[in-house]
Amino acid sequence: MKTFTYERAHSPADAAAAAARIAGAKFIAGGTNLLDLMKLEIETPAHLIDVNGLKLDKIETSTEGGLRIGALVRNTDLAADARVRRDYGVLARALLAGASGQLRNKATTAGNLLQRTRCPYFYDTNQPCNKRNPGSGCAALGGFSRQHAVLGASEACIATHPSDMAVAMTALGAMIETVRADGTSRTIPIADFYRAPGDTPQLETALAAGELITAVTLPKPVGGTQHYHKVRDRASYAFALVAVGAIVQRDGSGRVALGGVAYKPWRVAAAEAEMPHGAKAVARRLLDGAKPTRENAFKLPLVERTLAAVLNEARA
Amino acid sequence: MAGTIGKNGLEHYIWSFVESVLSRRDLPVGTAASLAVTAAPDAADAQIAVAGEPFMSKVSFNVNGENRALDLDPRTTLLDALREHLHLTGTKKGCDHGQCGACTVIVNGRRINACLTLALMHEGDSITTIEGLGKPGRLHPMQQAFIKHDGYQCGYCTPGQIVSAVAVLDEIKAGIPSHVSSDLNGEPQLVAAELRERMSGNICRCGAYSNIVDAIIEVAGSEA
Repeated sequence: MKTFTYERAHSPADAAAAAARIAGAKFIAGGTNLLDLMKLEIETPAHLIDVNGLKLDKIETSTEGGLRIGALVRNTDLAADARVRRDYGVLARALLAGASGQLRNKATTAGNLLQRTRCPYFYDTNQPCNKRNPGSGCAALGGFSRQHAVLGASEACIATHPSDMAVAMTALGAMIETVRADGTSRTIPIADFYRAPGDTPQLETALAAGELITAVTLPKPVGGTQHYHKVRDRASYAFALVAVGAIVQRDGSGRVALGGVAYKPWRVAAAEAEMPHGAKAVARRLLDGAKPTRENAFKLPLVERTLAAVLNEARA
Repeated sequence: MAGTIGKNGLEHYIWSFVESVLSRRDLPVGTAASLAVTAAPDAADAQIAVAGEPFMSKVSFNVNGENRALDLDPRTTLLDALREHLHLTGTKKGCDHGQCGACTVIVNGRRINACLTLALMHEGDSITTIEGLGKPGRLHPMQQAFIKHDGYQCGYCTPGQIVSAVAVLDEIKAGIPSHVSSDLNGEPQLVAAELRERMSGNICRCGAYSNIVDAIIEVAGSEA
């Protein structure tokens, strides 16, 4: 691990200002992804700003009747919250499908959104990777691409976003609250949060230098039956090959977001309009423009079948 | 952290394991630290200071009921602080990347991977390691149950398994649901499927899983 200096932040605005002021600074909260990457020297921050003392660990009912989830709420606590379990089942299910008990106890809401891809070529510093080392090329394109993206990828990067939580939050239409280095705050819809890789896969989110996530808000509950179906190589503690987060209403309408297929959770309005017509119709719209590799072409039929399983569960 | 141990992850896992075994065999406790001291004379310290980097940072926390204060390189993980600085070597270093669970400790009542957190991030925290659960002659019921049910073979993952298992029973008692809980809003059930899911962050390459589940079920039954 490269050396770094360390400080404990005392307010979100101070933390954001410090992060913008100090070259190579990064925030650390749970640290479960950042420290993993620092050990491999894929992340090499010169300065760590520990934000764990910022008291952003409450889940409150918002004025609109939804929930305001502090950035530091641990994944375990969010999944176990009675309101989340009752009104946002897709979110509780998605959180519980991710990582291990030990990691969920440490991982935070904001950190989960900001975790890096688990592309094996991003992790292997002997390989070219445009995300890790811009301009070096993409080893995944001609490599073992079974886990990689089938949608939204570019010639520069075919990595997927690994989060389960973000898939549920995308289906729910979450909003991300931040504070910027100048002390002002803003709200970013999760649909606009992740950047398509294009020619610059190293730029992953809409956040500016030093910008700190302070909370994620969920709109008021939309009801329906809520589902998160994750298909993976092991029954537990593995990343998704394909995941389907869905909210299905009694009349057959609803929402759906996919995980494991793109650089962000994949949600398409035209696909949701097809919900009453069944999995095949929805999958066709969701996968419009898909460009699988030879090794991950299985994800296309898998999306349709997983969606069919979810819709069957909703009808049961 | 990576849920799937890929080819490179697996190689890393194996090498970390081999290295940790070798270092244990070659160096008696304390030797590594003494070597570091002799290898870092004043001139080296001065160079680091000139470069403007902090050499050490202070942190204090409570480990197994005792207050401990340490002066650490900021890079020191909680795992290395426990093993190399406090010589509590019961907590094991397996993969050092949060994939295997051998380093599981309980911090402020929650089980975490000690390898994926910096010691400096635990100012004022209460930490329980395997040494704090029980000792020979007064074993924790979970330690006794692992012996009775033969919940190990080589034993390397065992401290992490036991610490994790103790915390799992508390999580079930607290009503925290899991991926396999059929009803999100009901009380989680004390059944094998729940324990297997909740223990999935602790890997046992000898494959003692079924005996581990038997041991946990016995303790859960006697607690109920």
